[in-house]
Order: sequence, then structure tokens, then C-alpha cells
Amino acid sequence: MIEVLEVEIEKYHQQIKALFDDGYEMMVDLTAVDWFRKREPRFELVVNLLSLSKNSRKTVKVKVEDETLTVPSITDIYPGANFYEREVYDMFGILFENHPELTRILMPDDWIGHPLRKDYGSGRIPVQFKNAPKVD
Amino acid sequence: MVKNKENSEDLEFWATNSEEGGWNIASTDEGSQKMNDEETDQQLKIQTGSDVVDDYFIEEETSEDERMIVNMGPQHPSTHGVLRLQVELEGEAVRRVKPVIGYLHTGMEKTGEELTYLQGPTNTTRMDYLSPFFNELVFSLATEKLLDIEVPARAQTIRILMTELNRISSHLVALATGGMDIGALSMMIFGFRERELILNFFEKTTGLRMNHNYIRPGGVAADLPDDWQKDVKEILKIIPEKLKDYDEMLLDNPIWKGRLQNVGILTTEECLAYGITGPSLRAAGYGWDLRKMQPYSGIEKFDFNVPVLQESDVFARWRIKVLEILESLSIVEQAMNKMPKGPYKIQDKKVTPPPRKRLDESMEALIHHFKIYTEGFKVPEGEVYVAVESPRGELGCYIVSDGSSKPYRMHVRGPSFCNLQALPIVMADSPIADAVAAIASLDPVIGDVDR
Repeated sequence: MIEVLEVEIEKYHQQIKALFDDGYEMMVDLTAVDWFRKREPRFELVVNLLSLSKNSRKTVKVKVEDETLTVPSITDIYPGANFYEREVYDMFGILFENHPELTRILMPDDWIGHPLRKDYGSGRIPVQFKNAPKVD
Repeated sequence: MVKNKENSEDLEFWATNSEEGGWNIASTDEGSQKMNDEETDQQLKIQTGSDVVDDYFIEEETSEDERMIVNMGPQHPSTHGVLRLQVELEGEAVRRVKPVIGYLHTGMEKTGEELTYLQGPTNTTRMDYLSPFFNELVFSLATEKLLDIEVPARAQTIRILMTELNRISSHLVALATGGMDIGALSMMIFGFRERELILNFFEKTTGLRMNHNYIRPGGVAADLPDDWQKDVKEILKIIPEKLKDYDEMLLDNPIWKGRLQNVGILTTEECLAYGITGPSLRAAGYGWDLRKMQPYSGIEKFDFNVPVLQESDVFARWRIKVLEILESLSIVEQAMNKMPKGPYKIQDKKVTPPPRKRLDESMEALIHHFKIYTEGFKVPEGEVYVAVESPRGELGCYIVSDGSSKPYRMHVRGPSFCNLQALPIVMADSPIADAVAAIASLDPVIGDVDR
């Protein structure tokens, strides 16, 4: 089983740095979960670290408030987190402080909304057919 | 030299450094194109092309005006799909690269939240379309880990057989398209020809050449066809012969070596910093393979080596794929020889649907069938991250379950998405002709990048 560390948002960057110094050389995965109306705070950031030398994995979880929606970026520790943080911003709208270029990565630049949020319905884009009923 | 005595006074303005009223032709636009009056033998040789000066790299002093931003893609045959690269050029040299992705984004993670666990592999198999079995495998392994079940030995060995065959077919496409991008067009024909053998076997077993939906939570969808050993033996006989042909054609080929060696260097440190796994990491001298380090689906029972090369250039990344095909062939042979007998899916009525025959006989079987195909089986609460070694690196699946029959959150860590971040490092400060070789060596699959 992968060991899970749950940290406060103030200690998040510090914790990742400590794990990096501890021999976790690679950031494998960074994603988020939206606990809409199920848990408080709403968002949870999940960072998956891998140590090749020790052959072990660790998961760092940090809770993100819906009001602030801001997390420090870890691109200064793991440059490979760049695309993943952009993806999380694109899909969940979580902002990363000190990220070199926080823009949308998968969706078009002028897209409104963040698709992987639970309150974002799927298949609700108005279809441009003749006489099709309009959907908000 | 043009001398115009009549107009010499009108041309006074132009006549700098002039002798006897004439005007210096070198100061006009026409004059600058004039060849030198006296040329050395060296200069003449360069002009006639018998002496080639290798001046690929432009001096650093060139001004900003000489930089040009060129869009490569999204519709470009050597970008393996719809990858778009914004390339900043300085003459022939690539200075900066920015990959722009998302042209193939179809919201598969969102779709995954609306499909049951049994329907899940149908969705994930379409992500990395060159190695669909790995996507199905990682989703199934994650679901099984949440359910806390273990599939029968035959199902495990079938999974290994199919995924390793898939690794061969995927690497063959990488070799083929890599050759095509550099101009070795015969390699393109050869690679796709041999891949066809494997795809025919996939079609026979699963019904489809790609996007099989064959590996499912609880086992595999169907047993192997009757005379499957014959087909696998044919694959095992033909592909090593053809690999020898490739080596004869390319291994000592001076053009191939000249194009690939010392091009697109990606060191171990860069791989670790950017999270690059798979053949690129092993070609950089780090022998990391999840099949050895964190084995899955019973692969620890097989005897195979992990090839490692030290050169960390495009040539090493090409070579390591050939070596990995040979290792995969050995795994396939072992899987064929020790294929266990028994059921090919778990005998748990709550997870696997009953055989079609039972529906006419048993009321209970009919109920199970109905429940599994409409509502789906319920998976206990929890979350899990499972990773397998796909042909391009670590393929992970993160599933959060809330106790219902659909995943609350399904995230796939695609290796191509991560490996694409290395492109700016690999391509920077190299001639534009090498850029294509660098993209091909990283072998990105855009279906896996955009999901």
C-alpha cells in the first residue's frame, strides 16, 4: 500500500521539499478530487511521489478551500509538475502560486468553466443544429 | 566597375571613398552581390560544393530580428497525431520550443465518471491507442485492488501474453514512424508489416484490431481461440528474423548513425526532474522497469532482462526499443509454454457475468446478468493508485470510489503527457532537421496526451 501523508496547505510546499530531499526524486502524478457537497473543504490535491532508489511511493494530500483556491506551485522542486498543475488548473480551477505559466492546457483558451468539477454537467454544450432547443 | 563621368556630380552623394570621380560600387545594393575579385582555392571549393563547411550552429551574437517563430503542426505528418509545436528558430537552429496540446481532448476522465466499472475499459482503451491492452490492464488492476479480489492464474497469464505482444506491436510502430520521420521509408513499411501479424492475432482473440475491451475487471472477456499456439509460434518465428533485417539495414548504416547519434541528449537527471519513465529513462542509463521493481499480474514469475543503454541519445532510444522487443518475445514464449489451465475470469457471481448458456437455465443467473449489465457491481469506498509499465513508461490509474457502481473520480497518468515535457529540452539548440528525430524518439501518442 502507498503511504498517504495529509498536510496543511501552509506546510505543503515544505513537506514536498522534505520528501524530495529524502530521496523521492520523481513526481509521478498530480491530480485533484472535487468533493462537491460531500466533504469540506471542497477540493483535495493528490500528489504522487516515487523514489527510484528506495523503490517506494508516497502520496501527499492537501485540502484546498473553495474560497481561496490557491496552492503553492511545486514546479521549483519538480519541474515535471508544470503540465500537471496546468491540467489541474484547467480542469478544476485551482490556482498555483509561482507557476511559470498557468494557462489552460487541454481546453481552448476561451473556455468557460472547469470540466472536471462535479457541478459541471457533461454533454450540456448547446448544439448548433437548426431548431435545436437551447440549453444553458 | 561602372564609371559615369557625365553624372558624376549628381552621384556625389553616393560616392564615398571614390577614386577619380567614380563611385564605389560596393556601397550600393547591387555592389554587395558582386563576387570577390580574388578568391582563394578554399573559397572556390566551398562555392562549387566540393568542400562542405559544417556551420549548422549560428553564432550567439545574432540579433533578435533573426529569430522566427514557426508553428509545426497540429497537422504535420511527423508529429504523430495532432501535436502542435511553437518553435523559435534562429536560422537553422531551434532555440525554444513550446508544445501546445489539447487538440484531441475528448474528456475521457469526465466520461469515466459516468460509466460503470465494467464499461470502464471501453473508455480507457481508447486513450493510448497504440497500447490499448495496457490501459485496460491498469484500469482493471485498480478496480480489482479496490474490490480486493485476485484473478485466476490463467487470466493473469493471458494478460501478460497480450500486453507483451502489445508492447511488441507498439514498439514496431515506434520504429516504423521513427524511421519514416528521418527518411528511412523502408523501415516504415517493414514495421507496419510485422505489426499486422500481431494485430491479426489480436483480432482473432478479441474481435478487434485496436480498442479491444478484452481485459476487464475480474479477468478477460473471452478465452484464447482454439489454435492460438500456432499463431503465437508464427509471431515468435517471424519477428526475430525481421529484427535481424532491421539491424542489417540500420545498425551499421552510416546515414542512420549520423542522423541519430549524439542527437537529442536526455540525461538521467533531466529524466528524473521531468518524471520521464520508460525506454527514454533506460536509454539514459537508469535501469528502472516497473515489471521488475513493482511487478503486476504475476510477471515476477517470468525470466527476462531489462536492457539499459548509457548513450542517452536518439540512437540509444531507438536501439533500446529493438532490445525490448526481443525481451518481450522471450516473455511471450514463456507465457505460451506455461499457460495454466482453468477459468479465464473470476468465479465471483457479483463481478463477472454468468455464461450465456446459464441464462436459459437459472433464474439466479439471469438476475446477476441483469444487475451487472444495468446497475453494475458496487465497489467499496476507497482510493487506489496502480501503475504498470507501458511501452512508453509508467501508466498509472488513480480511482476514487464512493461505494457506488461508478468511479467517483478516475484519473489516468499517461506516460506520453509527462514525456512531452522533455521536448523543449531535447530539441533546444539543435538543428531543425534533428527536431523531427527527437519527437520520434520520445514516441508520444496524442490520444494518451490529451485523453
